Amino acid sequence: MILGSTGGEIAITHGMKSVGEPARLRPRAVLQFLGRAVRNGWFWTGVPLMALSFYALLVLLSWAPISLVIPASALSYVVGTFGAKFILGEDVSTARWAGVILVCIGVALVAAG
Amino acid sequence: MPSEKRLRIKTLVMVLAMVVCANAGDLLLKRGMTQIGAVELTAQGIAQAFRLTVANATIWVAIFFLIGFMVSYMTVLSWADYSYVMPAGAFGYAVLTFLAVIFLHESVSPRRWIGVVLICVGVLLVGRTRPRTTEVPSEAVMQCESS
Repeated sequence: MILGSTGGEIAITHGMKSVGEPARLRPRAVLQFLGRAVRNGWFWTGVPLMALSFYALLVLLSWAPISLVIPASALSYVVGTFGAKFILGEDVSTARWAGVILVCIGVALVAAG
Repeated sequence: MPSEKRLRIKTLVMVLAMVVCANAGDLLLKRGMTQIGAVELTAQGIAQAFRLTVANATIWVAIFFLIGFMVSYMTVLSWADYSYVMPAGAFGYAVLTFLAVIFLHESVSPRRWIGVVLICVGVLLVGRTRPRTTEVPSEAVMQCESS
């Protein structure tokens, strides 16, 4: 589930980076930009992966209690950061790592209720 | 305006739009599905639920917000780091908790409050880093190169 959603999001990020940012944030420019995005192969790699992760979540929920599954999915913040660093080549500073780990623990606590 | 500052503000606005759209979409979806009632997991039950969902105005508003989320998410990822946007988006959990306390008068456990504080500190830490650490082709640059 985590690998599916993270893989999907990384593929979409990669796709959006190759599309390039819209020159200005006007409705027409953004529409043209979205048109280019959906013609990008990476976008269509990302969407099925995200769908797969959603199904994995449904299956997982039928096996394990929700109070375990949802907090555990907070691990995707850490997995995603590794992906961003090693696949997308982003420069993850110490401050960002510290923030990600705090967010991960925080989301797990909030989700556990 | 210096480009670094402009980038920061642009990213912040888009992340806010993302969080607002995602939360509004989820809340409205929840409300719409509650109006429809529990779905029976039989072919007939699912077909019936499908008819009710496409006829439900709340569900359509929810879908509109969720599309807004996807658009703002894709747009912000075209210039900002995934490792910046992803943790920043977690701010939504904190907002949702505050909304639940203020509007729904829900009681929140100490454990959840600790989680909210950790998320806020984490998002502040990530927010202080540079939103973009990789090279991004800008449309303006590409247009110059092609002409």
